[in-house]
This record gives sequence, C-alpha cells and structure tokens, in this order.
Amino acid sequence: MFKEVSATDLARGQFAFTVMFHIIFPAFTIGIASYLAVLEGLWLRAKDDVYMRIFDYWKSIFAIVFGMGVVSGIVMSYQFGTNWSVFSDRAGPVIGPLMGYEVLSAFFLEAGFLGIMLFGLKKVGPKLHFTATVMVAIGTLFSAFWILSANSWMQTPTGYSINEAGQFVPEDWWAVIFNPSFPYRLVHMTLAAYLTTAFVVGAVSAWHLLSDRENRAARTMFSMAMWMALIVAPIQIFAGDQHGLNTLEHQPRKIAAMEGHWETEAGAPLILFGVPDDDAEVTRYKLEIPYGSALILTHSFDGTLKGLKEWAKQDRPPMEIVFWSFRIMVGLGFLMLGIGLWSGWRRLRGRLFDDRWLLRATIVMGPSGFVAVLAGWVTTEVGRQPYTVYGLLRTADSAAPLAAPAVAASLIAFIVVYCAVFGAGIFYILRLMRRRPGHGKPVEELGPTRAAGITPAAAVDIDRTLGE
Amino acid sequence: MDFNLLAFIWAAIIAFAVLAYVVLDGFDLGVGILFPFLKEEKERDLMMNSVAPIWDGNETWLVLGGGGLLAVFPLAYATILPALYAPIIAMLLGLIFRGVAFEFRWRTQRGKFLWDWAFAGGSMIAAFAQGVALGALVQGIHVENRAYAGGWWDWLTWFSILTGVALIVGYGLLGATWLVMKTEGPVHDRARWLAKPAAIATLVLIGLVSLITPFLERQYLARWFDFPTVIFSLIVPLLVLGCAYILFNGLIRGGDHAPFFAAQAIFILCFAGIGISFYPYMVPTSVTIWDAAAPDSSLSFMLVGACFLVPIILAYTAFAYWVFRGKVKADGGYH
Repeated sequence: MFKEVSATDLARGQFAFTVMFHIIFPAFTIGIASYLAVLEGLWLRAKDDVYMRIFDYWKSIFAIVFGMGVVSGIVMSYQFGTNWSVFSDRAGPVIGPLMGYEVLSAFFLEAGFLGIMLFGLKKVGPKLHFTATVMVAIGTLFSAFWILSANSWMQTPTGYSINEAGQFVPEDWWAVIFNPSFPYRLVHMTLAAYLTTAFVVGAVSAWHLLSDRENRAARTMFSMAMWMALIVAPIQIFAGDQHGLNTLEHQPRKIAAMEGHWETEAGAPLILFGVPDDDAEVTRYKLEIPYGSALILTHSFDGTLKGLKEWAKQDRPPMEIVFWSFRIMVGLGFLMLGIGLWSGWRRLRGRLFDDRWLLRATIVMGPSGFVAVLAGWVTTEVGRQPYTVYGLLRTADSAAPLAAPAVAASLIAFIVVYCAVFGAGIFYILRLMRRRPGHGKPVEELGPTRAAGITPAAAVDIDRTLGE
Repeated sequence: MDFNLLAFIWAAIIAFAVLAYVVLDGFDLGVGILFPFLKEEKERDLMMNSVAPIWDGNETWLVLGGGGLLAVFPLAYATILPALYAPIIAMLLGLIFRGVAFEFRWRTQRGKFLWDWAFAGGSMIAAFAQGVALGALVQGIHVENRAYAGGWWDWLTWFSILTGVALIVGYGLLGATWLVMKTEGPVHDRARWLAKPAAIATLVLIGLVSLITPFLERQYLARWFDFPTVIFSLIVPLLVLGCAYILFNGLIRGGDHAPFFAAQAIFILCFAGIGISFYPYMVPTSVTIWDAAAPDSSLSFMLVGACFLVPIILAYTAFAYWVFRGKVKADGGYH
C-alpha cells in the first residue's frame, strides 16, 4: 500500500492533520484569554461578583484548552525538522527567528504567568493576579503576531536574498516581518479568534438560559457575546474583503481558485455555487451573479480577472478544495452577522433573553467559529500550493529524506493519539460547560482574601453533580 | 568555515536552553516517573500539585531549543531531526499524554486512573526518548549534501538504549529530590527513601556511559585522553563525586534542599562533559557549529531579542517559583 503513496504525501497529510487540530486550540485561547482579562478588569472596577463567577467558570475551560494547545504546539515546532528538513534548511534563517521571537516574547510570557493566573489568586492578591491575566492575554496576541508573520512571509516573501547553499538570507527584517500580506492576515485571524470565542460563550450561555431564564451570569455572558457578534462580524467581513484584495495583488492564482474562474475575462461573474472539475478545467452547474466578481475584486463592472488556465497545470492550486472551503468560511461569516443583527434588533426591543429561537440559533452556531477558522486556513494554505515559499520553493522539494513507512507509522500514531486525547479533552470541556454558571462556591472563596482553600476535592463534586 | 563569534555565542545560548530544559523539566518528568511508586490518590494529588504551576514554563525551554535551533543552526535542525525521527515522535506523543494529564486528571473520578497512567507513562516515554536521542546523537549522524543520509533505524543501538534508561533513572532522581524539598509527610518520606537507590543507579549508569563514550568516536578519545583537555577527565569526575557526597549526606542526614541541588549539579556536570566531547561539532562528527550557523543577519537579529528577553524571562520565571515557594499543601490546587 505504501508503494502508491509517497513519503512526501504522507508528510503533507501529517502536517495538515496536526496543524488543523492545533489551530483549534489557539483560536479559542486567544479569544478566551482576552475575555478573561476583560472580565477580571470589570470585576476589579465594578466590584460586581458576577464577573468573578464568569471568570472562574471560563478559567477552568481555558486551562484545558491551553494545555492541549501547548502539547499540540510542541509537535508543530519539531515537525518542521522531522518531516520538512529541506524547507527548514532553506527557509530556517528567515522563518526560524520569527518563531524564535514567538517563543521568547509569547510562549514564556504565557507559561510564566499561567501558573499564577490559575493557582495564585490567593497568593499574590487581585492586582498582581490581574496583571498575570493580562500578561497571558498579551502573550497569546504576541504569539499570533509572530506566527502569522512567519506564515505570511511564506505566502508573500520579501526582504530576502538567496545564498550559494540555496538558503533564504534575510536582508531587511522590517520587510520580512511586515511583508505585504501580514497586516491583513493578522487582523483577519485575531478577529476570527474573538468571533470564535464569542460564539462559544454565546452558545453555552444560551443553552443555560433556555432552562434558567433568570440566571444572571448566563445573561451577562450572552449579552457580551451578542455585542461581540454584532460589532465584530461586520468588521471581520470588511477585513476579509480587504484581505481578498491583497491576495488578488500577490497571489492571483489563489483568487482564481477561490472564485471558480478558469478563463480570464472582463466583467467576471460572481459564482455563488458550482462544481469545479480540475481535470476537465471547468466549473459546472454555476449559479452566477453577473459582474459580481469583477465588482467585488476590481471595483468596476468591466475589470479583468485572471482565470486559473493562465498558469501551467503543475503550478496551480487544486480548485476543487479551495472553492468549497472558501464558500464555507464566507457562508458562516454571514450567518454570524445574521445572529449579531438579530440579537441587536431583539436588544433594541428590550427582549434579548426572551427569543427562544435566537437562543437556539446561537447554540447551533456555537462551533461555527472553529469551522470557519479551519475552512479559512484550508483556503489560504491549499490555495498557495504547490509552494511552501510562494513562487520560490515547491512543497515537493521541501520534504525530508524520509522512508514512507516511518511517516505512515507516525501519521497513524498521531491520528490515534490526537483523537483519543483531544477527544477526551473536548468531552471534559463539554462537561464543564454543562455546569450552571454562577453557582457553586461563594465568591469570597474564589477571591484572594480568604485563606480557606479551593481543594482538588471539587473535581469529585463535578462528577457527582453531573451524575457520572 | 572559520571561527565565528556570533555563531559561538549562539551555540552557547542553545546549549544553555537545552540545559535549562533538562534542569527544569527533568524534575517534573521525574515526578511523573515516580507516580507508580506512590499509590494513594491524595499522595499523587500532592505530587502533581508540586509541579502543576510551573511545568508549562519548564517545557517551553524545549520549544526554545527546537525553535532556536531552526533559527540559528538550520542545518543542524534539518539533519538531527530526520535522523532521530522515531525517538522525537515518541517524545512528542509522551509529552502530549503527560501534559494533558495535568488538567484531565482533575476532571474525572471514574477515569482518573487512566490519566495517572498517562502521566506516568508519558513522562517515562518522553524521558526514555530524550535519552535515546542523546545516545544516538553522541554516536554520530551521517550527513551528505546538507541532508541526513542514514536509515530510519540508525538511532536504535545498545548504547542509545543505555542512555535512554539512564535518563529515566536520572530524571527519577531529580523528581525524588524535588519531592524531598517540596513536600511533607508520607510523600516526603517515600521520596527520600526512593532517592537513594535512584542516586546509586544514576551514578552507576553515568559511569558506564562515560566509559563507553570515548571509544565511540576518535575525537572523543582524543578529547578525554590527550593534553590539554585530559585535565577535564580529572576534574569532571572529581566534581561528580563531590556532588554525590553532598547528595547522599543530605539524603541520610535529613537535609531537604541539598539533595535536589546536588542532583542538579551532577546533571550540569554531565552536560558539560557532553559539551567537551562535542565541540566544535553540532552534529558529531559531520556538521560543525560554523557549518550549521545561519547567516549573520539571522544570528544578530535573534541575538538582540535574546539579550533583551532572556533576562526578563529568567526574572519572571524566578518570580513564579518564588510565588509558589515553600512546601506544597494538600489544598494547593485550584480545581
């Protein structure tokens, strides 16, 4: 069986699998870390216990997600070497320092203050504890900054030269870090993380509001989540559009694949749906809006857009994947906007918590952020194929000299372990989400003043109360 | 290529990061390795809580070791990791199991035993895999045309299995002496008892590995038996014996702190020994520090950040340890 599948294809599968599992966790922790910082800040300012209760509720969920993010992230930092050693040797001088700065400025900051944030409220007092929470939140954002800079450089490389060993040599670090696609990608991803978190928080609070309408913590959570949906979803759609224009400038092949265009034409239509066929080089069963694509991407009716046939077959990304993943992402983005507008309308009428259909819709939309993030990353990563460093280093030339059975064995091990371990983690998170927010220990015990402890025995209570 | 000061400084920083990892994560892996020796649930809770607030920061040094190597010695990164493919993957999987156990163990009563095993087994696999990787690296890696040119089982030898076992036992010693320092009551007493056989076994294994190593490569033999580096052959073992005396003295006479620091000192001396053997190779005996070094523009850009950020990292890491100083109490968790 291994004869047909090359080691490189297996390595690609392994990278896709491990990175897609991994990105779920940071997409969530970036959002919750900022949410926790806001909650603790509100608690310190307004002295309202409800914020501390919500903080405590999400803190234990954050701890699990963060733990899974750390261990799946270590895998990523070694996989460049084990499976993509040629890429590491060539691009390491540029990519490596960006990731090195991520470790130095972000990972240590998060890890150093996480212990204090989780365990130290009684030991260091509220002010210093708040500082620790803010440091963790800043750490997650620094991490996004550096890793997206590294990814963006691979998409739109600038500020480099190539030496006699074939290595990319950084010439201008400013140009490397702030490469053309980086600002767009950073904004788009950070907003995506915030939206993802907003919809998880919204879904959890909506689920509790369905059976406990007066729950104050759940009401506060739901209200905050719906404000985020109303404000951030439209900003995100605008940011995504700007990112698309940037991609058209630097990676027109990716845009052609996203749009489903094979032929270069003036006044290209917007293909809402269709079935692309990479072998026959056509998109079948098209549902089109005339001039739509030209209008969105060139801001004129007769603007010319390049079709995928402009490029040789071996230089094209697979339209069959990119076309669909892009539509999933955009569709979910507009559904998020819909929830935001719906909640805004209900809020105006003063009936935000009474519309049971809004609550139900929000529950259904709970995982939408994760799906949209994954679909978006599939679009941008598959869309820049067949290159690792765009236009300069092919994916096929980047892989390590490995034996197919070795990669196959490790791929199977990763699939089994990730599904078992992270499956269990997601199960535990869902169980924590079943706890009623705002109940449990008195707030003074969560706070810093009492010497009496929060004992590990509480874990036993969770099982009992949830009826394991 | 000739001596390059920037590359030399970076080799020292990477060595420091790897050493920091061994010194810091070694004892918390060791706590996991000792899990099977303490059966009571409350005792295991206490053991885990003694490292829970700090393990994540400790493991970040491993990410710095990997990420840093990619940044400043990409050729070393690109040849060592494919050569050590299987042990590296095993280490990563082991670290996943033990890392999530810190949270998952508190989230279930019925399945708690599963995460006890994940914590112990994951810690053991990670320690063994690190030891095997070290042993395989000491034996040397075959490189041609900037790429690993060996087979995918080359890492597996009697010597690498020996170093794997040595690291399990050694980390177990670090874990035991950590628990002696950080806990009270039955866990403390048990750890003190366990530390003694662990210390004896560690010293025996260090002796074995040290005797075999010089005969693996001509360079090692020359380094340890030719003048002037032969001086190290006298100093390093003497220092190890001195540390061993402090270690046993503390364990027998009831000192709480001395055994931990003495055991750490033994690890640092072993690490220094490896450094003496390797220099100037990054990948023995095919890639030197100078061959592997990234262009100066990469080295200097990273150095600015490292000089500025590493002291800050050390400062707030020290602060975190200070916040959680003293003996761990039974109610120290947040769960």
